[in-house]
Amino acid sequence: MAHHPVEIKPGMHLETATFEGKNKVMGFWMFLGAETVLFACLFGTYLALRNQTVNGPSGAELFDPVLVAVATAILLFSSLTSVFAMMAMNKLDKKGMLFWLGVTVLLGLSFLVLEIYEFVHYIHEGHTFMSSAFGSSFYALVGTHGAHVTFGIIWISTIMYQAWKWGINTETAPKLFVSSLYWHFIDVVWVFIFTLVYLLGMVG
Amino acid sequence: MSRKGLWRILAVLALAMLVLAGCDSSKILPSDALNVLDPKGTAGEKSLDLIYFSIAIMLVVFAIVMAIFIYVLVKFRKREGVTLDRSKYKDHNTVLEIIWTVLPIAALVALAIPTVKYTFDLAEVPKGDDVLVVEVVGHQYWWEFKYPKQGFKTAQELHIPVGKKVHFKITGTDVLHAFWVPALGGKMDVIPGRVNELTLDAKKAGLYHGKCAELCGASHALMDFKVVAEEQADFDKWIAKMSAPPAPVVTAKEKQGEEIFNSSCIKCHAGMDPKREGPDLTKFGNRQSIAGILKYDEKNLKAWLKDPKSIKPGTKMEKFDFLNDQELDALTQYLMNRK
Amino acid sequence: MGTLLIMIVFGLFFAAIFTGGYNNTLIQRARKTTAWDWLTSVDHKKIGVMYFMAGIFYFVVGGLEALFMRYQLLVPGNDAFVGRTFNELLTMHGTTMIFFAAMPLIFGLINVVMPLQIGARDVAFPFLNSLGFWLFFFGALLTNMGWIFGGAPDAGWTSYVQLALNEYSPGPGVDYYVLGLQIAGAGTTMSGINFLVTILNMRTKGMSLLRMPMFTWTSLITSVLIIFAMPPLTIALLLLMMDRLFGANFFDHVMGGSAVLWEHLFWIFGHPEVYIVVLPAFGIMSDIFSTFSKKKLFGYNSMVFATSLIGFLGFMVWVHHMFTVGLGPVSNSIFAIATMLIAIPTGIKVFNWLFTMWGGELTFPVAMKWAIGFIPTFVIGGMTGIMLAAPPADFQYQDSYFVVAHFHYVLIGGTVFALLAGAYYWWPKMFGKMLSERLGNWHFWLFFIGFHLTFFPQHFLGLFGMPRRVFTYEPNVGLEYINQVSTFGAILMGIGTIIFAWNMIQSFRSKKIAAADPWDGRSLEWATETPVPFYNFAQLPEVRGVDAFWLEKQAGNKQMTPAEPLGKIHMPSGSHIPFLMSIALFVGGWGLIARSWQIGVMGLLAFGVTMFMRSFDRDHGFYVKPKELLDKEAKS
Repeated sequence: MAHHPVEIKPGMHLETATFEGKNKVMGFWMFLGAETVLFACLFGTYLALRNQTVNGPSGAELFDPVLVAVATAILLFSSLTSVFAMMAMNKLDKKGMLFWLGVTVLLGLSFLVLEIYEFVHYIHEGHTFMSSAFGSSFYALVGTHGAHVTFGIIWISTIMYQAWKWGINTETAPKLFVSSLYWHFIDVVWVFIFTLVYLLGMVG
Repeated sequence: MSRKGLWRILAVLALAMLVLAGCDSSKILPSDALNVLDPKGTAGEKSLDLIYFSIAIMLVVFAIVMAIFIYVLVKFRKREGVTLDRSKYKDHNTVLEIIWTVLPIAALVALAIPTVKYTFDLAEVPKGDDVLVVEVVGHQYWWEFKYPKQGFKTAQELHIPVGKKVHFKITGTDVLHAFWVPALGGKMDVIPGRVNELTLDAKKAGLYHGKCAELCGASHALMDFKVVAEEQADFDKWIAKMSAPPAPVVTAKEKQGEEIFNSSCIKCHAGMDPKREGPDLTKFGNRQSIAGILKYDEKNLKAWLKDPKSIKPGTKMEKFDFLNDQELDALTQYLMNRK
Repeated sequence: MGTLLIMIVFGLFFAAIFTGGYNNTLIQRARKTTAWDWLTSVDHKKIGVMYFMAGIFYFVVGGLEALFMRYQLLVPGNDAFVGRTFNELLTMHGTTMIFFAAMPLIFGLINVVMPLQIGARDVAFPFLNSLGFWLFFFGALLTNMGWIFGGAPDAGWTSYVQLALNEYSPGPGVDYYVLGLQIAGAGTTMSGINFLVTILNMRTKGMSLLRMPMFTWTSLITSVLIIFAMPPLTIALLLLMMDRLFGANFFDHVMGGSAVLWEHLFWIFGHPEVYIVVLPAFGIMSDIFSTFSKKKLFGYNSMVFATSLIGFLGFMVWVHHMFTVGLGPVSNSIFAIATMLIAIPTGIKVFNWLFTMWGGELTFPVAMKWAIGFIPTFVIGGMTGIMLAAPPADFQYQDSYFVVAHFHYVLIGGTVFALLAGAYYWWPKMFGKMLSERLGNWHFWLFFIGFHLTFFPQHFLGLFGMPRRVFTYEPNVGLEYINQVSTFGAILMGIGTIIFAWNMIQSFRSKKIAAADPWDGRSLEWATETPVPFYNFAQLPEVRGVDAFWLEKQAGNKQMTPAEPLGKIHMPSGSHIPFLMSIALFVGGWGLIARSWQIGVMGLLAFGVTMFMRSFDRDHGFYVKPKELLDKEAKS
């Protein structure tokens, strides 16, 4: 268990420079494995129940392709900015990193706003969590994703604060790195939601 | 392999034990009414064939394992003063390892072939006019049987003709149950919102016991039903009886009973409240049991009416303890005369 | 009133955190107590002991529930525990034994033994380890609260809908199940990740994957299973909670929901769960057979392969719990064959154990007796498993006492025997004392004979037409005597367990410290001192092959060759945050059960606050000088 202070140089992989960092990154990958199964179950539930609309509106009637496309673009772009942040972190460029993380968080927030707007719209159309099995499974899947985005925003903001105060070092780098892994993960999940919920739903 | 023969040997063995112990045989010997090992229908026979076949394979495997096991325990226990030449014994042996990988595969293939064949056999839907169709609806905690072609329904008691395929269409209204007549064949789940199919037949006339096999609430253990398998002529008679208009109400007492029935019982027992559906009682006089579990007599019927929940915990049937003795008398007489 | 009280408590809680206004002298005094030490410990051995003792406690609770049921079934028409009460007993018996007895006992042994076996000083995430334990602890507590407040869960440990929905299980019963298991399950997932990273990243020099003791290997595969099998349960419980608490319609068929969906989700978790609890048992048995045969495990590589294959196939067979759902012959046949395939790697294991003993020098202390008893018992359980895999036969077995007999042969004959074997075997490393062999023999024989008397006859109960989960049965159809034999056997098991409890108490009271290597062991845990110092190894050992310690002993060395110079050791600091986090979730969960949204939300908020506390906690552990270093310094 090496606990010798690590000499920090730009370009090195600071997130896995210490033993704790290595463990954290590997453990986080395992966690993402579990999350994948978690979302797979929600997708399965949704696909099994999506036609059970019980007199309520169906996906084909509800989904607005423009809105969802914009939301998708925003989220995908935030993945890119999070990559920029990690590149800045590797160069030990604190300012650049904080800037790109800030952009990522703002994009995440705007995605959330769009999602909330979308949900409010659906509820007006009579598509609620309680209206049918379709409603329940839709909100469970998309809502769980939304909850993940919300958690990600709070998490990344917290770590931004820590990085701003404590600097980029072997303590903050693994946190920054795994939070960006997490952010990519929820983007990938969204791509599946976009395909399996919205595109498939619009086809009917 | 003779299924019967094997079963007889087991039975004789068990009997011998009983005689030795001086016991009441009905408390240890399985009853014909619900014995998986002595089936009275084709489906049950198929299941049992596979049960015995798999037991046979397993016994061979078990014998081999036990032989090695006992040999090892006896031969290689540590003895004072004896030291084995350890170099003789390796910590792996490719040939052996291949053997005990391949042999089980062979045994499993032998088991898998009849398994798949029988799985498909049992799922086959019988065709033709000769098939009796019965719709089964599981309720908490009673069974409803509809004879769609004959146009009537009954509860707790299923009548089937001997030697005819009976095709069940099984569904439910509240929670999961499972429809099981051990003596005739395997079970099928009752799933609300879904119709499952099962084909059984009885090769021998008799009274068989049916069970609910899926935990369904407080009285799961008491959700029994009876299967009366009878010769075609008797079955036809029963059908005629069930399809005929109900017997006329004659005596004053029965009339009083009818009034009580129409003012309270009818609410649930004639399908007026879909949330509280009770068994159809139009032909209650023909039943052989009360609530599926009690012997059919006046005393039991009164006890049931007075406090059903003490007999079947959690039943939706209400207490009729507000009736006085005379009214209760009238109601039971009316019910028992509805033939 | 209750709400108000809890709000005040919460207010104080928040105020204390935000203002730092703790009573410092009181806190300082509390910090010195033993209770605080255990509460905040991140030492894998202490956490392991806590898991183990909690597991034993719930094993006794679950056992009592079983005895109550066996008492009810002594004669037909008995009225001791009928209707809903009986359903509560059977539900809590299953839930308790699987989630709160088997799992923590396994986690206890993995926690104590696995880091020692791979030559590590701690697990990869000591904080998560502690959090996992406390989440399990409070989850189990919450589930059992139903006995006192408002009724225990009563829809079976499988909690099938629609029975588990509000309409058919009114009251908080099933809510306790849903939220208690959710909290405990979160802890389990964390532990799975933790164990896996520990095994992959923390092995000492020379401990390659194919030199690890079999128990560590099975822990690794079990951890993988946990990571992939727990999320379906999480989702199933989440959906059920949504249905019960927030009016969703996942399972209500009238609103388009599906009961079969629950069965799928539950068994996609539920079948791998069986392997989660049985694979470590295989590992324990492998280590014990090898130790008491004085021989290297036969076919080590094929054993590793078989374990992995069982783990993989474990995810492909869940539908065999659902043969009577009516999914059709094609699906039934596919899953039947997949299920039968599992017999092959399992068979490989059994033969490997037999040939480990072949040519060995067998001795039979109690630990080995359990292992010997395990073989015929588990083989019977495995064989009835294959019989159950054939759908046409399963149509008769399904949900009858035959199934009850089968899974008790596997879960007791496999898991419990192994856990008890492991308890006798590793007791000196866990507690620094020995268990009495004399009492242990009584324990073994009573429990072993009692077990077979209880469960072997149950095969026949099923075949004679007795469904499972019934509180009574028909008289005069051949069921009476068999049920009585079964109850009698259960009592023997109960007496055996009392003797085990007495044995444990005697051991705790004894002053005699156990030898460091009482069994002439083979793996690294026996190379540590007894009691094990909290840093495990003053110098991490270097491993030269399978059975690392045995190899050194054969080469005439008394100790392992160190892989590092003697020096200061870095250890993680204890933390009280895991305890706080778990309490927060416990209170929040209970709030939701009581349908008090304020308390529920406050619990979750408090949990959020504790997460911030953890994130801003910059304690990076401390350095300690091992005894050997202090001695050396004193000399010079």
